[in-house]
Amino acid sequence: MSVNPNDKNSGNKQSKVEIDQEKRKFLIATSAVGAVGCATVAVPFVLSMTPSERAKAAGAPVEVDVSKIAPGDMMISEYRGQPLWVIHRTDEQIAKLASHDAQLSDPDLEIPQQPDYCKNKDRAINPKYAVMLGTCTHLGCSPAQNFAVTADWDGGFVCACHGSKFDLAGRVFKGSPAPTNLVVPKHQYLTETTLLIGEDKESA
Amino acid sequence: MSFLTKKADELLGWVDARFPLTSNVKAHLTEYYAPKNFNFWYFFGSLALLVLVLQIVTGIFLTMHYKPEALMAFASVEYIMRDVPWGWLIRYMHSTGASLFFVVIYLHMFRGLLYGSYRNPRELIWLFGVGIFLALMGEAFFGYLLPWGQMSYWGAQVITSLFGTVPFIGPDIAEWLRGDYLTSDATLNRFFAFHVIALPLVIIGLVAAHIIALHEVGSNNPDGVEIKAVKNKTTGIPLDGIPFHPYYSVKDLVGVVVFLMVFSAIIFFAPEMGGYFLEANNFVPANPLVTPAHIAPTWYFTPYYSILRAVPPIGISQFPGVAAMGLSVMVFALLPWLDRSPVKSIRYKGNLYKGWLAAFVVSFLVLGYLGTVPANVWGQFGAWMGKADIATVVARIFSAVYFLFFILMPWYSKKDKTKPVPTRVTG
Amino acid sequence: MHIKTQMKNAVFALLLLPILSFANTEVHLDKAPIDASNHASLQRGARTFINNCLNCHSASYMRYNRLQDIGLTEKQIKENLLFTADKVGDPMTAAISKNDAKKWFGVAPPDLSVEVRARGADWVYTYMRSFYRDSTRPSGWNNLVFDKSAMPHVLYELQGEQALDHETHTLNLVKPGKMSAEEYDVFVGDLTNFMAYMAEPAKQQRNHLGWFVLLFLGVLLILTIKLKKAYWKDIH
Repeated sequence: MSVNPNDKNSGNKQSKVEIDQEKRKFLIATSAVGAVGCATVAVPFVLSMTPSERAKAAGAPVEVDVSKIAPGDMMISEYRGQPLWVIHRTDEQIAKLASHDAQLSDPDLEIPQQPDYCKNKDRAINPKYAVMLGTCTHLGCSPAQNFAVTADWDGGFVCACHGSKFDLAGRVFKGSPAPTNLVVPKHQYLTETTLLIGEDKESA
Repeated sequence: MSFLTKKADELLGWVDARFPLTSNVKAHLTEYYAPKNFNFWYFFGSLALLVLVLQIVTGIFLTMHYKPEALMAFASVEYIMRDVPWGWLIRYMHSTGASLFFVVIYLHMFRGLLYGSYRNPRELIWLFGVGIFLALMGEAFFGYLLPWGQMSYWGAQVITSLFGTVPFIGPDIAEWLRGDYLTSDATLNRFFAFHVIALPLVIIGLVAAHIIALHEVGSNNPDGVEIKAVKNKTTGIPLDGIPFHPYYSVKDLVGVVVFLMVFSAIIFFAPEMGGYFLEANNFVPANPLVTPAHIAPTWYFTPYYSILRAVPPIGISQFPGVAAMGLSVMVFALLPWLDRSPVKSIRYKGNLYKGWLAAFVVSFLVLGYLGTVPANVWGQFGAWMGKADIATVVARIFSAVYFLFFILMPWYSKKDKTKPVPTRVTG
Repeated sequence: MHIKTQMKNAVFALLLLPILSFANTEVHLDKAPIDASNHASLQRGARTFINNCLNCHSASYMRYNRLQDIGLTEKQIKENLLFTADKVGDPMTAAISKNDAKKWFGVAPPDLSVEVRARGADWVYTYMRSFYRDSTRPSGWNNLVFDKSAMPHVLYELQGEQALDHETHTLNLVKPGKMSAEEYDVFVGDLTNFMAYMAEPAKQQRNHLGWFVLLFLGVLLILTIKLKKAYWKDIH
């Protein structure tokens, strides 16, 4: 006589003890293949939330012409929806960069907030032009420029939101709520005065 | 191993003390006894549930990229098709799922007709089901406007105009539905709200009620006999019943895979399905000033649309046609009280009932076909018939058959010569 | 109220009256030579499309860098095809503004991104070969497939000029162009092939993937059938 499936509910534990190898084999095989299928189907759904072609096109590298920036002035451009600063530093301003290291949180650029080729005393490829994203590393406000030099200020930026202070290389002063220096994005010079932001010679 | 088993048991005990997990799993799966003689027609309930889940999941992901705004809607659909990674797959899953939802639901409903699944004590299951069907039609209609193509636009314009035929208050209703003097951005925006939240909530609620009611009275079967009538005296389990899980869960799994093969074949090789699932004219952005030469509703609405076209107006009022169309859908709700046959299943019904059911199926299919083509598709009769369109006359005849199937049911189902019903299920 | 009733009646006229069949749907359409795997043809079509069609039409859902699908590199696209945009990720916009176009042609030229899905490849292929001289039209051209089309025959220098034989309703070449009839057919065939690709760039990927999905489900089907049988051997 065959096993009545209802027996297991009738308290007859004996028939449950022997394990049906055929059921077990196909249960495992179906579960495994089915699980692979479900996981595979999940992939397109997860990927659909990554940046679309439109977002990639909008976030593509941008070219910036720096020839029109007067010495001692800066321009604000846009990269991936964030303010992009290019500061044309005078020789005097460049010279002053080294004078306030003691007041900075990270004067030696230990925290990688810049590409390796900008990990130098000027934080730039060409000392004349400083390139950085104008987004405060504290909570994302855009600091205001304050280039007027006084006895205890060599010129730089002050964030209106919580008072973080940065020098003309985007390095943060001690005592600011901002934990790190401003970000220097990947960039390269296409010509002497044309910058490509978002792509450098290493990644191209 | 035994340590893990012990821990798992403890966790289950912890949950069960706070939430009826084990008892619910028993009530609805492992100790829900379904008749052992389910056949092909019994796959479609679980498949409908699968499609519902697929539509909800794909819909959520489409909502992340779609813009319910007249100037951007069409472009946002193409954005999904091109710029969103795998967006085309998700969109085709959703558009194909919509059509297959109706395929599955129609077959599921036909099963009910075959085996008398709407009869006592399952009237409420049937009524909830008709409710799901109506909500689903609304869901499909609202969703169809969203791509904002020409067919979307003019379909919505025509259907909202149908409400305008209601005597006296019609024009105000139509305007209220659209939120404008014509189908516009306001209409699109509210249809979006209905499609993505209002009706899905209604459908989910009704599906829950449908299943709860089913599990209360138990499933019908191809023999139309009540398995609860013959139980094992000691266990109280129906002799012809088997636990839904694992028996029907593994069986339904086969149905699911076959369904997924059909589903995938359409998605990957024929997502337009020859213009029935995605229409060519819907690749033209909506233009309120130009109506496409040939407009027809999506295929799942065409039988009712045929009835609408077949009923002649009274004076200048189109309301009779609109009322007939509404009735043709609502009339399903009356089935439990129209069928007076002493037996439930087609297996034990006589030729009279079988003949009427066959006539109904034929008229449903012919009306469905005629709804997709222009009324002059078969040419005109000669002068003796007043040069009437042949297709219109045929649609009128089959519309009559469609309604007579229901109207005459109390008479022919009673008069029908039935066969004796066994006490236990067969085969 | 009165206008509303009229509008309503107009909609019903559309709905209930026999649907008119238009002359342009009765025209015999030639079969377009569509081959989505022929990259050379698609690239020739892309060049034709960008050099000619984009002057007036846009294809604003199509990005230039998507042309990598048909075997072009980003560099090639940038150097040879980037006519109406600055960045390779930009969509294909028209060279003229929509307003100017409307002034010149009476209607704004439609966006062509999904034209083949709306009209069919055969329609586009036949349409581009069915222009004829018609002095009654403002542009001096008419089209056998799309009567009173506002579009002039942009490629007439290549095809030459055709005239309509009103009795047989066929077109005859009255003034030859730079190309032979066969060359022009291939030229338009490549263009149509490209437009068919552009209407659904994911189609190749979709067809390719479909076989793997079905194969996978086939394996799963065998397993589920075996599983079902293993369980159902209990049931009699």
